[in-house]
Amino acid sequence: MSAVLEKGAPKASAPAMRPRATARAGPQRSASWKAALLPIVLTTIALLYVAVALLVPLAAVFVEAFRKGVEHYFTSISDPEAWSAIRLTFTAAAIAVPANLVFGIAAAWAIAKFDFRGKALLITLIDLPFSVSPVVSGLVYVLMFGLQGWFGPWLAEHDIKIIFAVPGIVLATIFVTFPFVARELIPLMQAQGREEEEAAVVLGASGWQTLWRVTLPNVKWGLLYGVILCNARAMGEFGAVSVVSGHIRGSTNTLPLHVEILYNEYNFAAAFACASLLAFLALVTLVIKTVVERRFLKSQR
Amino acid sequence: MTISLRRPSVLPGFHLALGTTLLYLALIVLIPLSAAFLRTFSLTWDQFIAIVTAPRVLASLRLSFGAAFLAACVNAVFGLLLAWVLVRYRFPGSKVIDALVDLPFALPTAVAGIALTAVYAPNGWLGAPLAALGIKVAFTPLGILVALIFIGLPFVVRTIQPVLEDMERELEEAARSLGANGLQIFVKVILPTIMPALLTGFTLAFARAVGEYGSVVFIAGNMPMVSEIAPLVIISKLEQYDYPGATALAVVMLLASFVMLLAINLLQGWMRRRNAQERKV
Repeated sequence: MSAVLEKGAPKASAPAMRPRATARAGPQRSASWKAALLPIVLTTIALLYVAVALLVPLAAVFVEAFRKGVEHYFTSISDPEAWSAIRLTFTAAAIAVPANLVFGIAAAWAIAKFDFRGKALLITLIDLPFSVSPVVSGLVYVLMFGLQGWFGPWLAEHDIKIIFAVPGIVLATIFVTFPFVARELIPLMQAQGREEEEAAVVLGASGWQTLWRVTLPNVKWGLLYGVILCNARAMGEFGAVSVVSGHIRGSTNTLPLHVEILYNEYNFAAAFACASLLAFLALVTLVIKTVVERRFLKSQR
Repeated sequence: MTISLRRPSVLPGFHLALGTTLLYLALIVLIPLSAAFLRTFSLTWDQFIAIVTAPRVLASLRLSFGAAFLAACVNAVFGLLLAWVLVRYRFPGSKVIDALVDLPFALPTAVAGIALTAVYAPNGWLGAPLAALGIKVAFTPLGILVALIFIGLPFVVRTIQPVLEDMERELEEAARSLGANGLQIFVKVILPTIMPALLTGFTLAFARAVGEYGSVVFIAGNMPMVSEIAPLVIISKLEQYDYPGATALAVVMLLASFVMLLAINLLQGWMRRRNAQERKV
């Protein structure tokens, strides 16, 4: 019996929990009952762990959000301050995601389609924002543009506000989501090789035509995947944005920061109501991501 | 004479693409990060050492790194278990569980933070039974551990999964037919194969946990010397307009990030070589 058969086995006839390993070969089936029990034990532990570590906190968000009733829930999320926070969250994501998308495509084109010195170093530097603490990411922008920062006095003179204002929030969001699209595209475009693009160029296509008609259609699922993850992080970022925002209500509060303020005011039901919007967004992200992953696997076959 | 950095190619757009990449990288990442380092040069070495070895700072660093290490250990064990179950066993809902593993990536950290606090507070769903047993989770260092375990959960699962999927089952069967028992097969056949991936996942989870802020601040209680993490010390220094203090601590955290990034790169290189070797054999 081969692995192919095993995967193709009709699902309807499968018992509730059929360990693949024991379903395979004849002689092993008669092995001790201990071996048959192991998959059940391991699966049970894993499921319990997922339930405690992931499902319980997720459920808590929605239960706490509706603790004071449906009416209170809708009052909380239709509050003007909540709306201004939602608007700012979408604005920041609407700038950060396209910016990092363009950068990701440029970086992947340079890295995957050409050979040059220092390529490995460049890839490492692109990954850098992932390993920097969000608080430090916010701090470096304060050091650049804050009143005590390098450009602070000049900016103050020209009445331009970056820190404790929307531009700072956008910059911090761009920083923390910087690598998402690039790191999805680079390995994918490297694996695709250069032959198709070279053929297109030899046949007379311009660089932009080649990118638009050959490269991007080939990597569209990977691209979408990167954009979705980038967007989720952009809308949910807390630490970096918290440092540069100044927490001015109705003006520089993103939705995660609004959740924090409500929570610190012991307005728990409202905090969880706003948090439930973000949790819902996370669930939508997971669904889209799963669908894209499946399409992606299909397109690679 | 011009020195070319690259090998010739018929494809256009190299200079535009690389130029855009480098400019954007410099403006968004490199120049701001270098600001932190250049700012610390305004301190003397003795001042710098005095700031980063102050008892409150040392306690926060010890807590951030210690809790991150413990959380990464827990995630290594349970992440391996979860990856194994998802790859090897088929059960109803396994696809849903597989998708849910990424929840900590998708859920904003502040939401995770208040949700975990509600669950583990003394009157929470899990906090109440634990309190009855005399275990206090929320507002103690244990709460920090819980939050860091949550946000690090996907890393180990996602790095091990593809390796387990590619693994040749024949090796295990050969070992079994030669008389090895389950434990021996795990320790001598499976573990060595997945070791690079396991270590990579561990380091990724550790790196993420060291700098984590949003999920921790709500559940930690934030008592100086007891449950105050290093990123929070940076924030409280900033709020007191102690820019040199905040920057000095940020530089220590950044140096730690660089070391971890280097370790991750080396581990991934090891993983690739290992996989390439196996394909050759």
